[in-house]
Amino acid sequence: MSVIADPVETDAVIIGAGPVGLFAVFELGLLDLKCHLIDILDRAGGQCAELYPEKPIYDIPAWPEISGQGLTDRLMEQIKPFDPEFHFNRMVTAVDKLEDGSFLVTTDENEVIKAKVVVIAAGGGSFQPKRPPVPGIEAFEDKSVFYSVRRMEEFRDHDILIVGGGDSALDWTLSLQPIAKSLTLLHRRDAFRGAPDSVNKMKALVEEGKINLQLGQVTGLNGADGLVESASVKTKEGDEIEVKCSRVLPFFGLTMKLGPIADWGLNLNENLLPVDTEKFATSEPGIFAIGDINTYPGKLKLILSGFHEAALMAHAAKKYIAPDERIVFQYTTSSTSLQKKLGV
Amino acid sequence: MAKITYIAHDGSQFEVEADNGSTVMENAIKNAVPGIEAECGGACACATCHVYVDDAWVEKTGAAEAMEEDMLDFAYDVQPNSRLSCQIKVRDELDGLVVKVPERQA
Repeated sequence: MSVIADPVETDAVIIGAGPVGLFAVFELGLLDLKCHLIDILDRAGGQCAELYPEKPIYDIPAWPEISGQGLTDRLMEQIKPFDPEFHFNRMVTAVDKLEDGSFLVTTDENEVIKAKVVVIAAGGGSFQPKRPPVPGIEAFEDKSVFYSVRRMEEFRDHDILIVGGGDSALDWTLSLQPIAKSLTLLHRRDAFRGAPDSVNKMKALVEEGKINLQLGQVTGLNGADGLVESASVKTKEGDEIEVKCSRVLPFFGLTMKLGPIADWGLNLNENLLPVDTEKFATSEPGIFAIGDINTYPGKLKLILSGFHEAALMAHAAKKYIAPDERIVFQYTTSSTSLQKKLGV
Repeated sequence: MAKITYIAHDGSQFEVEADNGSTVMENAIKNAVPGIEAECGGACACATCHVYVDDAWVEKTGAAEAMEEDMLDFAYDVQPNSRLSCQIKVRDELDGLVVKVPERQA
């Protein structure tokens, strides 16, 4: 039985810790609203961190060139005075509205946060493991095909097939080899993306005959009732072979999926959340959407548009929370009260 | 300028006049060639603009660089003539280029 602990209380829960979610902390913070951010990745930055940390971005105002990671780092520095709380490796599964207009936000680890407003800044959705292009693989998922290792014991004494050439594939090859009955690492080519140290350790295990390294691509899985017995593999040389396996771990990177947001009763338009351009409110009062996840006439999926949206959303959120309070519009350059909040 | 022919998976052909310096992916998107998704917008970060370069053109388009090879690991049914179309820049020598769109993008 799962007992829900007393929820943490805050002003705003921001779903997604990409650049736009991070900047929303700043804008909400200037209006004295405290934020919690929830992200499925293990760090801040969203697509900037996951897809292009090293790649330059050229259209951030006043930054002629900045990398995805550089932008993330600077946003983290900029929002530090507001002391946001981060919940990483979490997916929001439910958002429930309470009678007083506030919300209970629940994560896939059954944590509950009570918030006065919810800001969806989820970009293209949550990053989830990519399903490899193998016909019929769905039937084996969560029974004998897994995209992550939650408990290593579930792999003990199995014939394990790991597919991929990056750090995840290499790390799990090294970690699972000692408890596996047999382990085959299958990769498309003889070059690996993972850390050189892991590649060397893996190659040493191949030398010692402790694991099999097979170059090729999976073309099919064979078995019954969700239990895989072997994988059909087209080798690099073009031969068709069968690899015996009772557990398969494909590591084909991450893709973005809208995920549970679709189930929260919000109006959707082609997997985007329609908003107005004054408040950036969704169809549910108190739930806002900013950045790539929203849509409105003329929408441009640019980081700078998301920043603008964050500023307007913050004022609308403040009005939702404190309808009778008069918001005095101030500039950080001249307002001593804002400067006090920023600690400058 | 170069003429590029895209052959969709169903066999339909799309002929496109492409400017030098643009990418084969950009021209596909601009002309709504089906089957090229380009999720990441051309950052060589997703492998959803995968194409097969016609054998006659493999030499001229050249080989994938290391980063592109890394991304191709995530593509569906990778073959020796597989490339990510966001990494092929159009130039005069590619006039007449033919690329095939795979059955699916991963």
